[in-house]
Amino acid sequence: MTGELIHALTVADPLVGFDTAALVDNFWALTVDGLTYGSVYALVAVGYTLVYGVLRLINFAHSEVFMLGMFGQYAVLMMLGFAPSGNAYNLGVTMTVVYLAIALVGGMAVSGGVAVGLERVAYRPLRKRGAQPLAFLITAIGASFVLQEFVHFILPRLTGDRLGGVNAQQPIRLVVPETQFTLFTANITNVTIIIILSALILALATDMFINRTKFGRGIRAVAQDPVTATLMGVSRERIIVLTFLIGGLLAGAAALLYTLRVPNGIIYSGGFILGIKAFCAAVLGGIGNLRGALLGGLLLGVMENYGQVLFGTEWRDVVAFVLLIAVLMVRPTGILGESLARSRA
Amino acid sequence: MSETRTTPPTGTPASSKVADRPHGGLGDTLRLWWDALARPTQWLVGSPFIVFIALLPVLNLPVLTTVGTNFGAVMAQFGMYALIAIGLNVVVGQAGLLDLGYVGFYAVGAYTVAILTSPSSPWNQTGDGGWLSRDWAWLAALPIAVAITAMSGLILGSPTLRLRGDYLAIVTLGFGEIVRLLADNLDEVTGGGRGLSQVAYPRIGISEENTNGVFSAGASSGTLNSGVWWYWLSIVLILITLVAVGNLERSRVGRSWVAIREDEDAAEIMGVPTFRFKLWAFVIGASIGGVSGALYAGQVQFVNPTNFNVINSVLFLCAVVLGGQGNKLGVILGAFLIVYLPNFFLGRTELLGIPINGTEIAEFRYLFFGIALMVLMVFRPQGLIPVRQKLLAYGREIYLAARRTARKDAA
Amino acid sequence: MTSHDPGGIGAGAEHDEPYRDTETNFDTGPRETDMPGGGLDEPVSVDVADVHPELADPDVVAEMVAPTRAVQADVGEPILRMQDVTLTFGGLTALDSVTFDIRRGEILGLIGPNGAGKTTCFNAMTGVYRPTSGNVLFDGAALGNRKRHQITQLGIARTFQNIRLFSEMTALENVVVGTDARHRTSVPGALLRSRRHRHEEREGMDRAMALLEFVGVGARATDKARNLSYGEQRRLEIARALATEPKLLCLDEPAAGFNPAEKESLMELIRHIRDDGYTVLLIEHDMRLVRGVTDRIVVLEFGRVIADGTPEQVTTNPAVIAAYLGVPDDATA
Repeated sequence: MTGELIHALTVADPLVGFDTAALVDNFWALTVDGLTYGSVYALVAVGYTLVYGVLRLINFAHSEVFMLGMFGQYAVLMMLGFAPSGNAYNLGVTMTVVYLAIALVGGMAVSGGVAVGLERVAYRPLRKRGAQPLAFLITAIGASFVLQEFVHFILPRLTGDRLGGVNAQQPIRLVVPETQFTLFTANITNVTIIIILSALILALATDMFINRTKFGRGIRAVAQDPVTATLMGVSRERIIVLTFLIGGLLAGAAALLYTLRVPNGIIYSGGFILGIKAFCAAVLGGIGNLRGALLGGLLLGVMENYGQVLFGTEWRDVVAFVLLIAVLMVRPTGILGESLARSRA
Repeated sequence: MSETRTTPPTGTPASSKVADRPHGGLGDTLRLWWDALARPTQWLVGSPFIVFIALLPVLNLPVLTTVGTNFGAVMAQFGMYALIAIGLNVVVGQAGLLDLGYVGFYAVGAYTVAILTSPSSPWNQTGDGGWLSRDWAWLAALPIAVAITAMSGLILGSPTLRLRGDYLAIVTLGFGEIVRLLADNLDEVTGGGRGLSQVAYPRIGISEENTNGVFSAGASSGTLNSGVWWYWLSIVLILITLVAVGNLERSRVGRSWVAIREDEDAAEIMGVPTFRFKLWAFVIGASIGGVSGALYAGQVQFVNPTNFNVINSVLFLCAVVLGGQGNKLGVILGAFLIVYLPNFFLGRTELLGIPINGTEIAEFRYLFFGIALMVLMVFRPQGLIPVRQKLLAYGREIYLAARRTARKDAA
Repeated sequence: MTSHDPGGIGAGAEHDEPYRDTETNFDTGPRETDMPGGGLDEPVSVDVADVHPELADPDVVAEMVAPTRAVQADVGEPILRMQDVTLTFGGLTALDSVTFDIRRGEILGLIGPNGAGKTTCFNAMTGVYRPTSGNVLFDGAALGNRKRHQITQLGIARTFQNIRLFSEMTALENVVVGTDARHRTSVPGALLRSRRHRHEEREGMDRAMALLEFVGVGARATDKARNLSYGEQRRLEIARALATEPKLLCLDEPAAGFNPAEKESLMELIRHIRDDGYTVLLIEHDMRLVRGVTDRIVVLEFGRVIADGTPEQVTTNPAVIAAYLGVPDDATA
């Protein structure tokens, strides 16, 4: 996205354009494309929101969990024998789906593992010592540095420069965007279908998990009142690990979906802005609130797309932040309000 | 609270009974000794120390110097970071407001000076018809930069400071990013990605050798290069800032900040106008960041958006946390370590006789910072020099009496 | 030199009025381990008389503690009136047309069983909650939409049921924050060390020190609030509230967690505060404490006032006995 920004054409005059005609003309296309971005934001935002709900902690390193998920699925595809090249593989629908599913599992496994490892190595020692909230945040920032720099410097050494390093990975293209049908005026591509459909399934599954299962009830109980939940026999430590795991798995899935939409986004710094946006989405919907995160993600993706056409591509990120500030002014706890515990309402 | 208190390190019971513990150890012995000194004596003892610190780049001690880069330039950068750390410390350390977009203020300060004095800016005031004289343009732009950053602090703070802590973090982060994006995209004013060059600097000490004065980037050779001069200038500004911030700390303002940090609701119920003082903290922090930005623009004579990435905000925060939030001396040390350590390793091939690849170590600095932060938060979350705030303008005698009684009791 | 238990309140068993015991040198004896952090920080005592000799005189202390006493002349006039105050949260009615007065110079007890709305009532008075309908009149003027710090400046101060001190500040600094409610120095004054700033600093510190002496924790002035014992922290909260120069001091269960001897000495302190010219509102569920110290009692049940009168009237009121006491009152002590 940052790449797009830099390459974006600059508006000549006036300083900020205001192109309503372009918005109206492309409204449906923008909405659909916004929903694909929004799906990714939403899935990543769930990780922020769950951890915040349970620990009252901004897991700053979650963007790195996402970033490593991108590398995870990429590595799995490489192991399966796919070589990075500009050209797309044409495998037929069935095999494409199979390979995508394997890549998805790979990305989710890496992200889930990193998220749980992060909890173990970085946050648990702090919890044991009853550290201040700021200490958690600083640790998260530290962990974020470590993970980024790992991919930046260490990973290329371990893999003979096949993974990581300063530059983005050459994309492995399993799916080439092809228009399947037209909805209103928007061309719906296969990539769009995969992203929105997968995100929808994952979101529904997560929502069911949180609201319908025993583990989900445990998470909500700890989020609402850790002390009572512990007294009622819920193991807080186990719930915390579970929370990180779910967040990580969804971030890994989001990572695969994101690389389908932005094939050359696999870079060590590629999680940062996306992570911030996803966090914005979580706050927008009401942090700690699962459905809020999903809603916030979709809303942010769509609004961002409208904004970039209205004002120019280079203002895309500004739109996201201004939207966030504007919403918080009106609703200081986000659109759906806080509290994971009340998310079923 | 890392040191044990049960075994007084110096052995005498008296030392375990002194006033502000719990720590003990050399640091506290020093602190207690310092606190007991009268103000004038403190200045008398402190001045040679400050002079020594100021002369570091001139003395250029082999143990301290940097091989890969000019030591003076490194110290100049340290000066700017120290100012930033002091400013951010007001916001984060004193008032407890988590600001992740502090780099935005730094950028506003730098760009204000650049826009007013760079020939490539449309609003350049140093050329024909401008109201800034070429020689004094930087100095004249400095207060303007401070005023504008203060204003931006006010603009950012007034809607956002009503938000709770975690929300403030993300909103300020957004602000930092917005400022950078504005700088990147408002090409007509900021030069966009190309940036603005030939920013003004004080033209002082013009000689045969340095035709543009000692502050010019051209004066880069020798021990007394421009970096050293900028470093000295920043020391002067740091001292002024320290006195000002110290005055605030030992007043109703500083107490309000700490009260807000400790328990905002209780503070408000005790009559503290919390919003007003949070806003003040923001504005003061912003202005100090603006001073630092103005220094940066003048020293480098060039600004462009890449220098104002959000990652810098995070580094600034690291300086504050590393040194010890709330402690002015601590955050200066934090700033020093953040700037100095990577430069120390840059270009070094051996350390204490052990061959190392210093440049690579310097390259890995974020990795090491990351590890250091994580380890620090587990073992010493209060920072290297933990805070021992003094919030009263008077009342030293009470604290000294406490120590006297403690000694008497122990004896 | 009298041996004084630095645990503070426990001294009440030996001294009738420990807070007046200013001639005592507060030395630090072995300390109970009821401090937060298990006595991690060793206590340090200040010999106050050494620093401020004038504070050895209880009259001087009392004078400094209550500088507004002169204006408190018309005892008996209502200072705070709750007029038909109703407060609902969602569908829940926490307060239902609550009406009562607090009169100048009295100690009013507000009692009721748990969940009766005592703390809600208290929060409505101090501006934490705004009434859904009805008015809170203070000194004749409605609190209306005033901010919480403005209400403090009007002259209502409070303590907290669960202690909320500024734990990283020293005891003295905590109280000085209270005195700041009456100060007007802001950033410019502090930066330039204006004359007013210097005057306010001096005055605030002296008054804070006197207040600490008054409540009996003067010896712990330089200790961080979190290192004080539980009883000392409760007293420090009272000192901090008094520092805001309130016309009305509201105490929210100040004796919670105290043993009988500590309660006894706290009652003495509350009476002494009243004698110094303050009006006191006391929220308590310990009937014995309330009956012993208050001039008048208001009883709440399910958000309604069910009785309002002297301690004798209230404790013999059948509705109160039914609702609150149920059993002979010594069972609630």
